[in-house]
Amino acid sequence: MTVQAEQYRPAKAPAGQAVLEVRGLSVEYATGGVPVRACTDISFTLRRGEILGVAGESGSGKSTLITALTRLQRPPAVTTAGEILFHGRDGSAPVDLVTLDGRRMRRYRWTALSIVLQSAMDALNPVMRIGAQFADVLRARDRSLSKRDAWARAAELLALVGISADRVRDHPHQLSGGMRQRAAIALALACGPELVVMDEPTTAVDVVMQRQILAQVLRLRSELGFAVVFVTHDLSLLLELADRIAIMYAGRIVEVGEAAALYSAPKHPYTQGLRDSFPPLHAPLRTLHGIPGTPPDLRRPPPGCPFHPRCAQRMTGCEERLPALLPVGPKAGHEAACLLNDTDTDTDAKTDTDSGETKGGIL
Amino acid sequence: MTTATAPAEPAVPDAPAPRTAGVPRRWRFLARRLGFYLAAAWSAITLNFFLPRLMPGDPSAGIVDKLQRVSGQQLSPSALESIQKVFGEPDTNLGRQYIDYLGQLARFDLGVSVSNFPTPVSELLWQGLPWTMLLVGSTTVIAFVLGTGIGAVAGWKAGSRFDTVVSPLTTFVSAVPYFWMALIGLWLFGFQLGWFPLAGGYDADLPIGFSPSFLLSVLHYGVLPATTIVFSAFGGWLLGMRNMTVTTVREDYVLLAQAKGLSNRRVMLRYAARNAVLPNFTGFALALGHVVGGALLTEVVFNYPGVGYLLFTSLQQRDYPVMQGVFFLIMLTVLLANLLADSVYALLDPRIREGG
Amino acid sequence: MSTAFLTSWKVRVGLGILAFFCLLAVFGPWLVDSLLGLDPRENDTAVIAQPPGADHLLGTNQFGQDVLAQVVAGARGSMYVGLLGAVVGTAMAILIGVPAGYYGGKVDAGLNFLTNLFLVLPVLPLILIVAGYLEGTGITTIALIIGFFGWSGGARTLRAQALSIANRDFVRAMRMLGERGRRLVFAEVLPHLTGLIASMFLHAMIGAVMAEAGLAFLGISDSSAISWGTMIQSAQQQSAVLRGLWWWFVPPGLCIALIGTACALVNFGVDEIANPKLRVARPVSARRAKRLARTGGGA
Repeated sequence: MTVQAEQYRPAKAPAGQAVLEVRGLSVEYATGGVPVRACTDISFTLRRGEILGVAGESGSGKSTLITALTRLQRPPAVTTAGEILFHGRDGSAPVDLVTLDGRRMRRYRWTALSIVLQSAMDALNPVMRIGAQFADVLRARDRSLSKRDAWARAAELLALVGISADRVRDHPHQLSGGMRQRAAIALALACGPELVVMDEPTTAVDVVMQRQILAQVLRLRSELGFAVVFVTHDLSLLLELADRIAIMYAGRIVEVGEAAALYSAPKHPYTQGLRDSFPPLHAPLRTLHGIPGTPPDLRRPPPGCPFHPRCAQRMTGCEERLPALLPVGPKAGHEAACLLNDTDTDTDAKTDTDSGETKGGIL
Repeated sequence: MTTATAPAEPAVPDAPAPRTAGVPRRWRFLARRLGFYLAAAWSAITLNFFLPRLMPGDPSAGIVDKLQRVSGQQLSPSALESIQKVFGEPDTNLGRQYIDYLGQLARFDLGVSVSNFPTPVSELLWQGLPWTMLLVGSTTVIAFVLGTGIGAVAGWKAGSRFDTVVSPLTTFVSAVPYFWMALIGLWLFGFQLGWFPLAGGYDADLPIGFSPSFLLSVLHYGVLPATTIVFSAFGGWLLGMRNMTVTTVREDYVLLAQAKGLSNRRVMLRYAARNAVLPNFTGFALALGHVVGGALLTEVVFNYPGVGYLLFTSLQQRDYPVMQGVFFLIMLTVLLANLLADSVYALLDPRIREGG
Repeated sequence: MSTAFLTSWKVRVGLGILAFFCLLAVFGPWLVDSLLGLDPRENDTAVIAQPPGADHLLGTNQFGQDVLAQVVAGARGSMYVGLLGAVVGTAMAILIGVPAGYYGGKVDAGLNFLTNLFLVLPVLPLILIVAGYLEGTGITTIALIIGFFGWSGGARTLRAQALSIANRDFVRAMRMLGERGRRLVFAEVLPHLTGLIASMFLHAMIGAVMAEAGLAFLGISDSSAISWGTMIQSAQQQSAVLRGLWWWFVPPGLCIALIGTACALVNFGVDEIANPKLRVARPVSARRAKRLARTGGGA
């Protein structure tokens, strides 16, 4: 565990209680002839106050996962299997978000589950003042709230992310890019959600702003205790931020585990490839390698392991057997779907040498 | 209308705009538009001046010649004088004529009608203007509201049964020539069913004034022409709004509004439709010219006593001073209407910028 | 341009209708003459104002002329004006819109002002005035006037597109390589606009057909020519409505509406292909999605 990450971590470790349980989630696009599976059999558990990073190349299904989680997908995207169990703060029985009708789903929106989109420029309504975009959701959730109080609350929320209160009367185009993005984060926190889904919220801003925003997310998380699903293509960024990381490839989770363990000792060749394609933010530079080839066409997924056509450590059986997501490595909760780990997963005392030549993670 | 929505608007620069720019910017935009409309008005007036003078030969002589051919009799000396007043006396130089012409316009002195000698053209225009304003003004507003509203719903529910029925049907309706639609309406509801009178703008047996029975007759006579114009005109707004809404619904801010759990109604009105309606205002000029032209023809079908009918009769009698006057008036009102649309646009869009 | 746009039903139906009317305009009059033995100008006093029947499929008008023969002859007149007007209008839109967008600066300021001017001027009254001054307004003159006053909408669209293309990297690169401006415009920029220009042309064509009809309706036409507009105009003059002769004025208007719909359909289809955002979830795929959701997915 890095020192940097440690100082942002909340004083009290996140309670082990789950806030979101995803079980066997599959999403398909019903276009043309054959339905295309953009997400297949996704399962993970998110604990209260935890930050789960989801990383993958474009086309890996991470955006589809976000819209499915938040029930924002539009035809032709359809959730065809699985459940998304949401555990409320009050300890009542979990609800399956997949089966909720539109009206009941709306009750969970923003109070339980909110979202930050990739580009705040596009995500904020250009013709409404910033304050009004806070006020309408605040007042929709709390009908007794007066207009004046809603605007005052909007100003408080903006102050939370370091934007001066008089900016509530501005229109989105009057804010700078970084301000807009922070305003979008403040907006997501407006109704005290238990889970915030963030879709690459830092890609549209420069590196300095990116670091500021990440620090703010960590600070706010420790103050307010919401859980985060943070989606990005930048694995090294997640190392700074996430408690756990899930790696997606061709619509499946191919590896998931604690951030540091996954980064230092990746058990899936794809994770290794992804790690070696980005310079680490806080570690000695190592030689960067790309991953040859391109993600598979989901209309015609390759047989067996979807990564095998690009895999440097391919072996016999990879093109026939689809590896299951199985526990690997010494840390609990570290799982990978690769035949390399298949032979001796039972020997617990194993070191991480079996994952190939990478011993590089000296974090 | 499809091409009107097509041009790629330049993206709003990402750079932070200085915060104080809000209000002055809006006025700058309107001032620039006002300047353009003034220039446009001047160009049209100048065009109006030069058109008859560009014809081969002496304009007044040519016009007198034509007039005599149409009416079949010699023109009276006073009518001749009025023509020369508008189109210039043969010997004065062009610059002098132009200045005189501008001076006359400034006094709204548009000459004297030849066919209705010696009624001043401005008087004829004043008689026709209220009728046309009533007809075109009300139908433009109704068609805009109706078309934009239905278009928003069709675009919001794109691909639904409502959309798949309404959109192609509207495509057909908006391809129908106005005056033909008016003829069909007249034949069906006036002739066959006898619900509405066949011609005119009011009951000629009643004294003109603000009596209830007269106003009622105005309404009764106006229904058919107004309905045909609305019916022909709303399709353009509808299709433009539908396509814009389909595009807007894909925007992230609509997605975010849905994620916020706002009611469908609110998302549709405040987020999708509110943004999608903006291009309809920038395309106003394009549509208005179309509507005005169509309305002129509709007036002819119904013998409606507006400026369109006046234009038609003056055209038939080659009454050039009246033709010129009508054009002058129509041009002024169209420019004013455009300025109005620009003002609404400036109110609705906080990012106002030079539109195309 | 590829043939991808033919896959849209809208484009196919639209082009089908247009092709039908083009064939009608070219071969129709000859067919009517040789097969039915009808002359659109022949006044048969024995059959005045007859409703549609076996002898005269669409009836006859007040002058004893066969309406079907007139509609076919009118197709030739109206399509001629439509095509010629569209050619002139589109050519002017290209000549004014593309340089304005490509060169920018003073050229743009001037041309753009001209475009906006013609955009806000009420064109129909203007054409009326001009046509009123002109002696002997033949059908060709009318087509030229319509084209001359009807280019502004297209020029505006082309200017915006040319502006965006002129700023693309490949054009900038070629300019830096010393490619001459005029050659760049016509060899590199214009080809990117062919789809747009084709759609504009259709737009201009229906505009010209409608404008001609409107002008003819107001009496601005060649009295010897037959077009759909002159048919409606003479029907109006002879008070066809008051006599209940609906078969006289309904068919020509219907033809105009059909051509207009066809042009609009083609444009919609092309739009949907060019602008994927407009391609909404078709009912078929929406239904399939619903079924998938119910059954919990196939395989």
